[in-house]
Amino acid sequence: MTPTDRIHRTVDVLVIGAGPAGLAVAARLAAAGVERVEVLDREQRAGGIPRHCHHTGFGLRDLRRMMTGPDYARHHIAAAVRAGAVLRTGVTATGWAAPRTVDLTGPAGLERITATAVVLATGARERPRSARLVPGTRPAGVLTTGQLQQAVHLHGQDVGRRAVIVGAEPVSYSAVATLRQAGAEVVAMVTDQPRHQTHPARHLGTRLRHGFPLVTDATVTELTGSGRLESLRLRHRDGRTAAVGCDTVVFTGDWIPDHELARSAGIALDPGTRGPAADAEFRTGQPGVFAVGNLLHPVETADIAALDGRCAAGPVLRHLAGRPWAPGPLPVRVEAPLLWVWPNRVAPHGPPPPRGRLILRTAGFLTRPVLTVSQDGRTLHRGRLPRTVAPNRPCHLSADWIDRADAHGGPVRITAG
Amino acid sequence: MTVTTTGDLPDEVYDVAIVGAGVVGTAIARELARYRLRIALVEASDDVGNGTSKANTAILHTGFDATPGTLESRLVREGYQLLTAYAAETGIPLEPLGALLVAWDAEQLAALPALAEKAARNGYDRTSILDADAVRAREPHLGPGVLGALDVPGESIICPWTTTLAYATQAVRAGVALHLNCPAGAITTDAHHHQIATPRGLLRTRHLVNAAGLYSDEINRRLGHREFTVTPRRGQLIVFDKFARGLVDHILLPVPTALGKGVLVAPTVYGNVMLGPTAEDLDDKTATGSSADGLASLREKGARIMPRLLEEEVTAVYAGLRAATEHGDYQIHADPDRRYVAVGGIRSTGLTASMAIAAHVAGLLADCGLDLGPEREIEPVRMPTIGEAFPRPYQRADLIAADPAYGTVVCHCERVTRGEIRDALTATVPPASLDGLRRRTRALGGRCQGFFCGAAVRAQFEEATTAEDRTEARR
Ligand SMILES: Cc1cc2nc3c(=O)[nH]c(=O)nc-3n(C[C@H](O)[C@H](O)[C@H](O)COP(=O)(O)OP(=O)(O)OC[C@H]3O[C@@H](n4cnc5c(N)ncnc54)[C@H](O)[C@@H]3O)c2cc1C
Ligand SMILES: Cc1cc2nc3c(=O)[nH]c(=O)nc-3n(C[C@H](O)[C@H](O)[C@H](O)COP(=O)(O)OP(=O)(O)OC[C@H]3O[C@@H](n4cnc5c(N)ncnc54)[C@H](O)[C@@H]3O)c2cc1C
Repeated sequence: MTPTDRIHRTVDVLVIGAGPAGLAVAARLAAAGVERVEVLDREQRAGGIPRHCHHTGFGLRDLRRMMTGPDYARHHIAAAVRAGAVLRTGVTATGWAAPRTVDLTGPAGLERITATAVVLATGARERPRSARLVPGTRPAGVLTTGQLQQAVHLHGQDVGRRAVIVGAEPVSYSAVATLRQAGAEVVAMVTDQPRHQTHPARHLGTRLRHGFPLVTDATVTELTGSGRLESLRLRHRDGRTAAVGCDTVVFTGDWIPDHELARSAGIALDPGTRGPAADAEFRTGQPGVFAVGNLLHPVETADIAALDGRCAAGPVLRHLAGRPWAPGPLPVRVEAPLLWVWPNRVAPHGPPPPRGRLILRTAGFLTRPVLTVSQDGRTLHRGRLPRTVAPNRPCHLSADWIDRADAHGGPVRITAG
Repeated sequence: MTVTTTGDLPDEVYDVAIVGAGVVGTAIARELARYRLRIALVEASDDVGNGTSKANTAILHTGFDATPGTLESRLVREGYQLLTAYAAETGIPLEPLGALLVAWDAEQLAALPALAEKAARNGYDRTSILDADAVRAREPHLGPGVLGALDVPGESIICPWTTTLAYATQAVRAGVALHLNCPAGAITTDAHHHQIATPRGLLRTRHLVNAAGLYSDEINRRLGHREFTVTPRRGQLIVFDKFARGLVDHILLPVPTALGKGVLVAPTVYGNVMLGPTAEDLDDKTATGSSADGLASLREKGARIMPRLLEEEVTAVYAGLRAATEHGDYQIHADPDRRYVAVGGIRSTGLTASMAIAAHVAGLLADCGLDLGPEREIEPVRMPTIGEAFPRPYQRADLIAADPAYGTVVCHCERVTRGEIRDALTATVPPASLDGLRRRTRALGGRCQGFFCGAAVRAQFEEATTAEDRTEARR
């Protein structure tokens, strides 16, 4: 055998990523009678991020019940396997040999799988300290929530005594819970926003139980410490600075899709989400390649990712049945202070996106903003949102204007005022 | 094979002790290992290459722009040849990409012919001057305003970590005693010996080589010499995501100014793109942190050189300290009376020159009365492949068939397998920390910085090191 020998196989659908989104699409497709649905994951265990979210709050929207992350993962794994999908773990998709042909590495060797449809469900991650350009020394004790959760819940590792959490969005509060479970004290939570961005009840509950200060309108300007983190320096919006002693800092939120495979296939990314540009039917610019879950919208809750998977089964089946590949022709763009929207390509008169709405994010708090959708100067929709919109949380725009767009016109723009 | 990290130093009198296990100290140890000598290499930190040698711009310089006639110019030129050959033999990642010195204004353009001439005086005659169109054809993503460039085809990129590790591994296998966690303190010298105080006891040696990098001036003073003072000159760098690699295909150097080589954009052998370094004179030899100003100035310069680069994600930020002195050349001095050689002021070219410095130092030691005896062949080493130019283990069916651990990817961003991590943990010079493991395998060094693999890599590391502790305890 030469160093690059690969076993070549074909399947009907290859799903890359066995998180909620990938498992859900595989389960639906296998249940619909697609014969060879293969889901693979590079981790040793399937389930995606929920594997290491040891708290409740999963499954409300897709399963109509409340479960812990690991239970939720087990549910989706069992459903996919029961439906007849082939699930393989410890196998990494490393690149492409042809548009729908994927190269894999696993302990059994190198493979090359050609599929009629490839579904990318590779999820998203938090930007680490380096990507946020936080200066200072490079001590130990600097984490993201994903690393923290795995260290504590999967490996029982020690994570330090006094921690600062950077970010005040839902995942930041998950980090609080994990730190407390590991016996660490949360010294402070720091956000550059004027307020936290989680449910008020969750914030209040956490504060009552743990009583740490929430430092708002502040950024981390420096980390110090030689071997281990010793302190971090904060700067408030008004210019005041302060040092906070701590041996651990968790950088939470600030999401980036794990778009490596999508990008290496030459699939165009959306400039806002940084995930593949995809339409309401989860079609990317590459024929036969779909994308679902957090890869498209970093980051939504796990049940929304799973609902993506469910909804994507229809379009995948239509593709398997030979429907020509014609992704939504109109790019959808947002303007500041909006950050991104998904779907970010739409097709007038096509099927609506999941739950009949688009998902948006903003950079700052907006009090009951008016959202305007326009195309080539023509207003397609204008409406006031009923609530204040918070950064790092989803806000929704009804999709009922899509049919009014001109399929041959220019990009659709969404503004908030 | 001797690598010690704790406990009393062995009761032995060495022929040569080398203080400092950076790229220079390990190169010297490897060079001397080719003779039948008792050699100790003592290092203050817990790993080799933990000082300046781990944080540089990783370029193997031709020496085209050195000051002609200096010792540095000669040793860089010779070191380039020696290390190029050694890299091929040992598997140190090296890619001969070539450099372009890009001229952005008329003055810089006018400076190119003189630089070509200077290169020729340094014995390098492969340069040529390219016009703006030729530069743009080679590097289409350069920012607007390029007027031309000097092409230096020999400049290469190299892996500084593997280089130091290869020297250390080969030296240790050939009999050099490597003592880590062993800072050299007070030194007393008599007619025959040096006695070096360390927290792990006295180290006795007949000859002493000072390769202590930033601290070489302090050691030098302990021997009564004051030829030079080291001023740390910080260089901060930003490493961009591997997706930036497609934007740039050469080492893009600025036309040099009085302040040094300036800010470059260059691919790394790991497939990233690097932007830096800054040049800031400091007075703290431990100030290896980055600063907001430093990063802002790099981003500003980078935006001019290659605007698209700044749109890519940042993978890492780091800083290194050059051992600058008040002199314009390396400070390598022998004191035959004291059987002592100082290797100081190895500023911004020490990685390239390392093997030539080592050969030069061996000669100086002979002048100091060290009887080298006959040369002998030492066992060649083969280092793990951590560069992108050759197939990595996860891409090799033959390796995986022989051992499935090479098919189990643990660090996903860098595609480092369980087998590679295991090998590093059981190597001749094993890592003492996760950082050391990263330099040997790249695990934890990728875009997610541990989000996915941090806990798993740590688990494998701790499993191996605690197992080792248990065997140590049993002994
Ligand atoms: C730290 C953290 C905490 C969270 N907490 C909550 C919470 O409390 N409640 C909630 O509802 N949501 C939470 N979320 C969000 C939720 O986890 C995600 O929405 C959900 O997991 C997304 O599902 P997914 O299938 O899109 O991606 P993921 O669950 O991320 O799954 C992606 C899978 O793809 C695999 N993969 C990626 N690349 C490859 C490749 N090249 N080859 C093979 N496999 C690959 C990965 O190993 C992974 O298993 C959290 C997210 C994070 C990151
Ligand atoms: C930003 C930057 C960019 C650079 N770019 C390049 C480049 O592209 N190409 C190139 O060729 N060179 C480059 N260099 C230069 C190169 O990195 C250095 O010349 C080289 O690493 C110096 O090696 P060294 O062994 O002398 O020093 P070090 O690596 O610092 O080693 C000295 C060692 O001595 C130890 N030590 C100190 N005091 C004691 C003591 N008392 N007892 C025991 N041990 C002690 C230290 O712990 C350290 O490990 C660059 C340097 C910088 C900072």
